[in-house]
Amino acid sequence: MAAVQSAELVCPAGTPAALRAAVAAGAHAVYCGFRNETNARNFPGLNFSESELANAVEFAHGRGSRVFVTVNTFARAGAVDLWRQAVDAAAAAGADAILASDIAVLDHAATRHPNLRLHLSVQAAAGTPEAIGFYAETFGIKRAVLPRVLSVEEIARLNTEIDVETEVFVFGGLCVMAEGRCALSSYATGKSPNLTGVCSPPSHVNYIEDEDMLTAKLGGFTIDRFAPDEPAGYPTLCKGRFITKGCASHLFEDPVTLNAAALLVSLYRAGASAFKIEGRQRGKAYVTQVVKAFRSAVDSLDDDEAAAAVAPRLATLTEGGRQTAGAYRKVWR
Amino acid sequence: MVDDSSRGTVPEFVQTLIRPLPRLPLTLVLTRIVRRFGARRPEVFERLAEYDPLTLLIDPSDLPFSFRVRLAGTRSQVDVVGKTAPCEAATRVRASLLVLMGLLDGTYDADALFFSRDLTIEGDTEAVLALRNAIEEAELTPAELLGLTGLPAHLLDRTAGDSLALLRRQLGAPAPSHVARGQ
Amino acid sequence: MSDRILLSLGPCFFNWSTNDLANFYARIADEAPVDRVYLGEVICGKRMPFTDPLWPGLIERLERAGKSVVVSMLALPTTTRERAAMQELVTLDRAVEINDVSGIAAREGRPSVAGPFLNIYNEVALTALAAHGIDCWCPTVELPLASITTVAQACPDIEVELFAFGRLPLAVSGRCTHARLHGLNKDSCGFVCENDKEGMAVETLDGRAFLAANGIQTLSANVQCTLMTTEALQTAGVSRLRLSPHSVDMIVVARIYRAMLDRELTPTEAENCLTELSLPGEPCNAYLAGEPGWQKIPV
Repeated sequence: MAAVQSAELVCPAGTPAALRAAVAAGAHAVYCGFRNETNARNFPGLNFSESELANAVEFAHGRGSRVFVTVNTFARAGAVDLWRQAVDAAAAAGADAILASDIAVLDHAATRHPNLRLHLSVQAAAGTPEAIGFYAETFGIKRAVLPRVLSVEEIARLNTEIDVETEVFVFGGLCVMAEGRCALSSYATGKSPNLTGVCSPPSHVNYIEDEDMLTAKLGGFTIDRFAPDEPAGYPTLCKGRFITKGCASHLFEDPVTLNAAALLVSLYRAGASAFKIEGRQRGKAYVTQVVKAFRSAVDSLDDDEAAAAVAPRLATLTEGGRQTAGAYRKVWR
Repeated sequence: MVDDSSRGTVPEFVQTLIRPLPRLPLTLVLTRIVRRFGARRPEVFERLAEYDPLTLLIDPSDLPFSFRVRLAGTRSQVDVVGKTAPCEAATRVRASLLVLMGLLDGTYDADALFFSRDLTIEGDTEAVLALRNAIEEAELTPAELLGLTGLPAHLLDRTAGDSLALLRRQLGAPAPSHVARGQ
Repeated sequence: MSDRILLSLGPCFFNWSTNDLANFYARIADEAPVDRVYLGEVICGKRMPFTDPLWPGLIERLERAGKSVVVSMLALPTTTRERAAMQELVTLDRAVEINDVSGIAAREGRPSVAGPFLNIYNEVALTALAAHGIDCWCPTVELPLASITTVAQACPDIEVELFAFGRLPLAVSGRCTHARLHGLNKDSCGFVCENDKEGMAVETLDGRAFLAANGIQTLSANVQCTLMTTEALQTAGVSRLRLSPHSVDMIVVARIYRAMLDRELTPTEAENCLTELSLPGEPCNAYLAGEPGWQKIPV
């Protein structure tokens, strides 16, 4: 018996196989991108061709799931057509919504596909009523994905001041810098989310084993070092260990995974229409486990036990094995 | 937390038995399997198009040899090489045999096993990631790899699945990353 | 468009004391060969109660000295008070630097500078914002010169101002790094950032200089030193260079850039002069060439 839908569970799909896994695991909606720099998970071997997307939309719709297509990077000067084509292809494939952040892309979508639902990607870093209002009035966005730096109270207040839906992250990698406004990656490697659709690109990652320590480098800079008894991690720049005032620490953020399962009911009451799981670059096992766990939590929002069961189920899939409720609890700042 | 690649390893005596076996037959068989797979499922290799050929060394920590794999669709090549042989492949993936097989058929999540140090990677991280994504999409089972269909496929996958699960438990391999297929 | 490339002094990112700021801008007014000065708190709303009273007097002083003044807004207004202050700031009847999308609507089309904290990567986006009043653009620092040139050519009525000197503004965060390092949070920070007048050095585990932290902002450790001839800049569509304030003598820095733009120094000679000063980090310039920003390629 299907539970009454409280909030929409929006799940990542890096490949067609992952999309099928997400839908089978109970996703209300899935989001995915094309295999090029028009989306912010432009990793090698990942994402969809146009025909794969069309098939995926048919598959998902057949099972009652919506498909959102991310065209959420910033179009390159002189090459804006690539992004326009991505929007057109998504519309042609029957996508239910486009996620965008660049004014050029939003403009094209709003003008050429006025009936296609437009969502504002977190890459637009719009976390205030004024910013969201600008995009709503100028492009008619229907939903904004909120930056991961707002507390539950702030989200509640925000929802009273805007007319569009909000979607909040509930699991996955946490971006500590304002999303879509970060050049740390290009400083070290020449590639960044806004320039090429990747952060801390694998092309510039090197793991070096010597004696006991495993060193993870990005663009030649040492980002972290792991002892034999420590879990290894990917050298995402802002999750690294650095020395300041003579002491080594995870200066910007610990390599933890966001898990807001315990806050779902609060977020729902704060007005969130959708819960988003991050992880298009993660595999089918991750998607299946995470979506299943969160779907059961979403289906029984008031059930504390269901919420508490999520974290242990997902322990092996989290980086460093550690989870956090992130900024949703105000002490994060 | 244990050392890398020691969970779920094949026992010493098995390694001793395997060591003297001739390698050429294995080389030929594996090469043929990969090439035929490339012919049947070209879209999987499509995902690796920009790396054609993608060369890497698959190093089972508990076998006395390694596999130098050159992925190029129907021109793919698998060679069985000694552990100390000089290797042109700059990229190496190392784990116990059971873990490697579990990565192939989706029992294990590559990220989880990387975090837990059961899997180590050296060299071209981008190529390994591309391969991981291609494998994810390929949905490989033993039958899929061999090109079987219908009842034989179903039987092989079932048998292989059960045997591997049993072996994993007996050898103390990491727990599967998700609930097994069919459950 | 005049033949002369103009010099701007960007807003000061750091928590300098009001005394230091007052002295600094007095000297700038009297001695610096800059055409435009940006004033305002860009990084942290908590600093504003201290610096807001300064600006009117400084604006007057600078304008009397013949400099034009642009007021800069916060890059990441968050609290209700900050948002309200920014909504009011953008209604000023003078040039304003927009550093966050939240400032655009209320500006109502008045002439504005699009600061380097805005995400403008192509000619379509800049053209769209031109309709909202943007008439000058300081590109985000990671944009290569090729892209900047393409945009400049498509938007000939918009001035382009390159970030040419100073630690590169790379990211801003909802979280305050200074507070975090001291085991505090942003609300109870004790203004520890005032101890780091150029930002707090952040090194890798190998002890290699990498980044610098300034409250919610992360900057590069290396110092951008973009040195190009006037001809090269004009070919690229650039008409202004922005110098970001540091503790080094900014008058000297401005004079070096002015001399280079006036063809009294070659870019190489200008670089030699700059590196003789005690900069807070190694010089870099590779972003414009499409390379990793920390690198320096020969001028």
